[in-house]
Amino acid sequence: MMARLLLDRLLQSILVLLAVSFIVYMLIGLMPGDPIDAMIAADPNLTSADAARLKALYGLDRPLVERWGRWLLALLSGDLGYSRLYAQPVADILAPRLANTLSLLVPALLLTAALALPIGVAAARRPGGWLDASVNLLCFAGISVPPFWLALLLIILFAVTLGWLPAGGMETLGGEGGLADRLRYMVLPVATLVLLTLGAHVRHVRAAMIEALRQDHVRTARAKGASEARVVWVHALRNALLPVVTVLALEFGALFGGALVVETMFAYLGMGKLIYDAILGNDYNVALAGLLAVTTMVLAGSMLADLAYWALDPRVTYRGGDGT
Amino acid sequence: MSVTLPALIPARTPRRLFLARFAGHRAAVAAALLLASLFIACFSAPLLEAWLGVDPTAVDLMGRFAPPDAAHWLGTDELGRDVLARLLRGGQVSLTVGMLTALLAGLIGAAIGLVAGYRGGRLDQALMRVTDLVVAIPVLPLLIILAALDPAKLPLPAWLTQDGSFSLWRMVLIIALFGWTTVARLVRAATLSVRRRDHVRAAVALGASPLRVVLVHVLPNVVSPLAVATTLSVGNVILAESVLSFLGLGIQPPLPSWGNMLTNAQELIWTAPALAVYPGLAIFATVVCFNLLGDGLQDAADPRSGADRR
Repeated sequence: MMARLLLDRLLQSILVLLAVSFIVYMLIGLMPGDPIDAMIAADPNLTSADAARLKALYGLDRPLVERWGRWLLALLSGDLGYSRLYAQPVADILAPRLANTLSLLVPALLLTAALALPIGVAAARRPGGWLDASVNLLCFAGISVPPFWLALLLIILFAVTLGWLPAGGMETLGGEGGLADRLRYMVLPVATLVLLTLGAHVRHVRAAMIEALRQDHVRTARAKGASEARVVWVHALRNALLPVVTVLALEFGALFGGALVVETMFAYLGMGKLIYDAILGNDYNVALAGLLAVTTMVLAGSMLADLAYWALDPRVTYRGGDGT
Repeated sequence: MSVTLPALIPARTPRRLFLARFAGHRAAVAAALLLASLFIACFSAPLLEAWLGVDPTAVDLMGRFAPPDAAHWLGTDELGRDVLARLLRGGQVSLTVGMLTALLAGLIGAAIGLVAGYRGGRLDQALMRVTDLVVAIPVLPLLIILAALDPAKLPLPAWLTQDGSFSLWRMVLIIALFGWTTVARLVRAATLSVRRRDHVRAAVALGASPLRVVLVHVLPNVVSPLAVATTLSVGNVILAESVLSFLGLGIQPPLPSWGNMLTNAQELIWTAPALAVYPGLAIFATVVCFNLLGDGLQDAADPRSGADRR
């Protein structure tokens, strides 16, 4: 069962990756300023015949599908190409950037989960009460705030007005470096990501908890005299966790979109900023590889969500009703 | 006995019940009123400009960063332009993009959802796989690529790409391209349950064409999820437009939008932090209102979902 499910999802993910890589490959060719354009701009003596020869030399006169196929074959043999902006192999650039982004996203996700659970549970205990109403309003604020504006406000408040935290970057230039210094630069980006995603998660926890608290076994637990805390945190929460974990895993992919904005705002050298700079700087190889890496993350997140669902809920079966 | 009774009690039609439930949702009613006044304010901007004697495009390099006064209620920006007038003009653009895109995405989503749900089988599976694909794509980087495409490399007539509002139409198109998935899924689910109802089967038995069955007998019954999802998506569209415009890839100056008014804000936070506040606040308030409105519509249209949540 499990193997079948995994295989199925894996095949589907590979198809999605192929489709995304082709779409992106095609679109990137339509952006202004391809390498030949740049050469023409750099050398006024270049004739159109020269340009055509250069195109043939680099294989740019071949059909789109063939070029994509070649790029894909090179990718499979581990060759991601060379970056024009950074003059380095793409793989060398990608790895540290990915690590930087993950060191923002993982704490943000954990912090979001740690905050969303108690807040959502507290709101669900008295639906319609004053606590629930105010939490609900804050959730709406969280899902409605423009991400770059939230970052801007935090910069104005904590960096410009109060001067507590740096406005952007990765570490103090010419400073000692070290972990404490790195952490100071991570506070605002992580806080922005948490504030952006918290609202949606609290709403999910709350909805799942309200549903769980209405179940018969919760009433039974109450009738048997279990303490209110035990009923809420043990009997109800266990059932509410299922949808919550699923959404959390799914959201991991969506977080990358937020990371792009946040990294750009805080000049944080992660994947999002890398992809953004690469797109604007016509660094095709980097943009392609970066986008594929992010898509892979998104797909892995949704696969994890499926697996978590399957592992946590024995009632869920895939294909056929042979489950317990 | 009681001849006058039927006249005293208003008929409990679905529409009246809907309106009563919506009116009971105070936050949504407030949001609707606020949005209405915002619309009126933004689209009557020319009147206000004439009255105050300001011009949203007039550059005044001697009067940069002016504090608020009688003529410039919110002061002036880094080029000495009136902030309030630009805010209202930018609101016209952002609201237009938001509504048009949500409508277009709703149209695409409704068409796909209706076809998938009504036809079922292979076609349904194929369409839902495409939907899954679009959902799995990291949208923001792709939007950036699409917004950065060179219009000269596309087979488009020059008069179109040279037009001042080309960036507006491009925004509408590319955001709608990725924004239809939620609507499609909801409409498909609703269609699946509606198509087995007796009145639909009766219409089929009477020989109505599939197109007629879908448009006349199915569509009216899936309108409420469609309307809710479309309302909720307006907020997301406005957010997406503001991000792209902020990054310099969306609405192109001199056309103002709430997003591109903030493009320079980051460099100016040390000198004029107030300039960074107004447009962001406008986006924030508008998106909150659309989300509250959608939430209220959802509760009013489907009381059971409301009972779940409050």
